[in-house]
Amino acid sequence: MSAYLPSLAGGMLIGASAVMLLLLSGRIAGISGIVGRLVQGIGMTTNLAFVLGLLLGPLAYLFMFGGWPAVQITAGWPLIIIAGLLVGFGSRMGSGCTSGHGVLGLARMSPRSIVAVAIFLTAGVVAVAVMRGLGL
Amino acid sequence: MNRNVYQFGAALASGIVFGFGLSLSGMLNPARVQGFLDIFGAWDPTLAFVLGGAVVVAFIGVQVMKLMLHPAFDDSFHVPTNRRIDAPLVIGSALFGLGWGIGGFCPGPAVASLALGLPQSVLFVIAMLVGMTLHDRLWSRRT
Repeated sequence: MSAYLPSLAGGMLIGASAVMLLLLSGRIAGISGIVGRLVQGIGMTTNLAFVLGLLLGPLAYLFMFGGWPAVQITAGWPLIIIAGLLVGFGSRMGSGCTSGHGVLGLARMSPRSIVAVAIFLTAGVVAVAVMRGLGL
Repeated sequence: MNRNVYQFGAALASGIVFGFGLSLSGMLNPARVQGFLDIFGAWDPTLAFVLGGAVVVAFIGVQVMKLMLHPAFDDSFHVPTNRRIDAPLVIGSALFGLGWGIGGFCPGPAVASLALGLPQSVLFVIAMLVGMTLHDRLWSRRT
């Protein structure tokens, strides 16, 4: 039961962060878009500021709770490379990821985002089921 | 003070809250994400509360946005208006979902986890940036 509370509180903070960026700067807090534009050299200062903040977030957690948040990566390096390539290419092709489509898209009740979320959740479930089946 | 400074501050503050929220929620942990997606195995539904909590708060923010003429530090809102469900949306989301399941990372947590300095995070983010660049520089400019 207690595991639900940090997840809910963390989720609400993610929502609050997206609202902050939306109402202050009028921008969608979509990470694949922000990182993608940064790589393309578009809107450097604000996108760089957001990414810098994203990196400072776990540090704020460290200072508040006295330890790093858990990050357990079980995939070996070939799978990590394949996963990274798919996430990068797919999120740009589909114009969004878990933040842009998942959080703000659903909140805006965008038909495109509802379709995107249904597809990427299904694909994620399939990927994990296949990996478990293969013993990876 | 210049408006760019305010926009910089807003993006920085938003990024910090986002990264802290990811850390608190468990989304930063690929093992937890894969447990959430493992509905046919040892399913861990807790991360549904992350998306649920985020969407509820963002929904309220979107309602407030509709009452505002423009954001505090800009002349207009930059919100997508495209409503067409096309092949790139469907195929791209499917590819993204497969990668998300295989690695347990989506872009936000992957970038935020760089703060911990794990070599696997660095490798994932490099591969992700290559994937983004392949799309933006080559694929989307084919025609």
